[in-house]
Amino acid sequence: MSTVTGRDLPGLADAPDKRATTALSDYLAKVRGGDVGALPAVLGLIVLALVFTGLRSDTFPTTFNFANLINQGAGVIVIAMGLVFVLLLGEIDLSAGFTAGTAGAVLGVAVTNHGMPWWIGVIVCLASGALIGLVIGLLVARLGIPSFVVTLALFLALQGVLLQIIGEGGQISISNPTLLAVMNSNLALWQGWVLYVLVVVGFGAVSYRRMAKRRAKGLHAERFSVWGFKFCTLVVLLGIVTFLLSRERSVNVEATSIMGVPMVVPVLILLLVGLTILLNRTAFGRHVYAVGGNAEAARRAGINVANIRLICFIICSTMAAVAGILIGSRDNGVTPNTGGNQTLLYAVGAAVIGGTSLFGGKGRPVDAIVGGLVVAIIANGMALLNQPAGVVYVVTGLVLLVAASVDALSRRRAAATGRF
Amino acid sequence: MSATFSAQDPRALAEAPPMLSLRGVTKSFGAVEVLRDVDLDVRYGRVTALVGDNGAGKSTVIKAIAGIYTFDGGDYRFEGEPVNVTNPKQANAMGIEVVYQDLALCDNLDIVDNLFLGREITSNGLLDDETMEKRARETLASLSVRTVSSVRQKVASLSGGQRQTVAIARSVLWNSKLVILDEPTAALGVAQTEQVLKLVRQLADNGLAVILISHNMNDVLAVADDIAVLYLGRLATQIDAKSVSHAEIVQLITSGRLDVDSARATTTISTGERSGSESTDQGAI
Repeated sequence: MSTVTGRDLPGLADAPDKRATTALSDYLAKVRGGDVGALPAVLGLIVLALVFTGLRSDTFPTTFNFANLINQGAGVIVIAMGLVFVLLLGEIDLSAGFTAGTAGAVLGVAVTNHGMPWWIGVIVCLASGALIGLVIGLLVARLGIPSFVVTLALFLALQGVLLQIIGEGGQISISNPTLLAVMNSNLALWQGWVLYVLVVVGFGAVSYRRMAKRRAKGLHAERFSVWGFKFCTLVVLLGIVTFLLSRERSVNVEATSIMGVPMVVPVLILLLVGLTILLNRTAFGRHVYAVGGNAEAARRAGINVANIRLICFIICSTMAAVAGILIGSRDNGVTPNTGGNQTLLYAVGAAVIGGTSLFGGKGRPVDAIVGGLVVAIIANGMALLNQPAGVVYVVTGLVLLVAASVDALSRRRAAATGRF
Repeated sequence: MSATFSAQDPRALAEAPPMLSLRGVTKSFGAVEVLRDVDLDVRYGRVTALVGDNGAGKSTVIKAIAGIYTFDGGDYRFEGEPVNVTNPKQANAMGIEVVYQDLALCDNLDIVDNLFLGREITSNGLLDDETMEKRARETLASLSVRTVSSVRQKVASLSGGQRQTVAIARSVLWNSKLVILDEPTAALGVAQTEQVLKLVRQLADNGLAVILISHNMNDVLAVADDIAVLYLGRLATQIDAKSVSHAEIVQLITSGRLDVDSARATTTISTGERSGSESTDQGAI
């Protein structure tokens, strides 16, 4: 067995190199086979943007609204990023919205009522999120209660906890300047461009190194032209985004000047990169996919399935706590409604619209961003159209149904063609 | 490792000391005696087929070898050393791998991911996908697998035979010495069965010891070197596959013995040769 070397690999048709046209037709075949990824969400994003631009060409396609959109979506996006971990296992966390609210309230109590420094408040807030996740995880993974029931119970219980923490006043305000800055201020122009260069160069270097490493080992690698195409697309797209965000977008320039990349963007990028590395490049991440795909197979492979479940619920609730900070910062405080209403359903919708499967085993953190932007653009655009809240709910619900149908259909198609 | 054996001729392999030998092992579940005085020899480079009717005790034997159960009594020797295997991890560490009937693969992961599932290679805490992919290709190549077009294919897109191939390849990735296959061809079509049997043969030719459980006598005769017949929890006989016909194996499975008048006279099963075979007659009720 050990006598065979990598040079002699009969029957394995992976060519070390592929033509660019083959790469494109491979991708099309993948999509036709039901592996659509975030494609429907990206198309939906473009269509929605065009529709709203057509309907409200005066207010929708402005840089002010564009920056606003990012801030509006940030909370939902971050909750959705955490939900991806739970959805990957085929589980659900209905309590993530109120986990955000509760953790936000904890932050408010720590910083506003007890006068702690903001960073201690953040640590306490994240710890309270992790604790909630630990409770859910223990009940689901060790006791074996379905996550739907556990988190439904916590959805109710945490509403009560939130009310209790907030108490009579009906609100805990957050006035710490550092915390408020996250959602209410922008990077300086030069900082925005430095961020742009960091992201572009970082992506380029990492993906190039990977391609070179695979080629060096004689494995099938992306063609240089394909890599170059992806890289250039990123350079141009992010360049446009950074340029638009760097323009003056204040309605009243004499009073205030608003320009620069919103502060929350680097936060989102950091979370996205961190979680993506965790899911794609570590053994833990691989085990999460394995448990979501076939828990019995994962168990036989020696994976501690209960532990994986537990950790995923902790990650989900901790991310909800991060969202709690963002929402609290945006609203300048926490009310009994923070994280309530449609927050959770928007977050689940964001993950599913982005391409994460409700059946488990399929999904990426970036799905949450794309899907979250779709949800945010609907809410934002409908509000600009002066539609009553009822219409907004109906439309958002329909979009979620469409997304779930795409998931179900692509899954059936995938089953028929043998892709997952 | 065991590659030295593969170069030797079959006769030498047959006479080499067994890598695994059971002598008089017993196993009961409560009052039910599932295994009585079973003897079994498994050798490097040979496929030992374990056959018997439903309830004869085949699964119990392999589960006890693999550490899922423990034998109640008797002698379990691995590479000549008496061992007491009490859990599957211990068996894995000794080099015993079991490929189960219901394949334990994740559909949403690709072939490489499945091969290394639970034992991923990492460097600096991050997955080393390139090394894993390279080793996966080498392993498949060493098993002469020509049916898989890309090791980055999702397992969901594979046929039953290809999935079985992946499951078997996974069992040999880890310096295993003994591979136990439980009904590897049960759900497969003709061409795929042939594919998998070839692979089973390749495992033995690579020097591993192989235990094959099968209900299909054609498969057994096609690939096995030794055939051990279990009958009602006893070893009816363990014989060289070349010295026995299809009809005789069926008779051994169904009655636990060979009737002289119905069996061909040329068959040479010396009942006195093995201590275990004395129970043969009592087993037939």
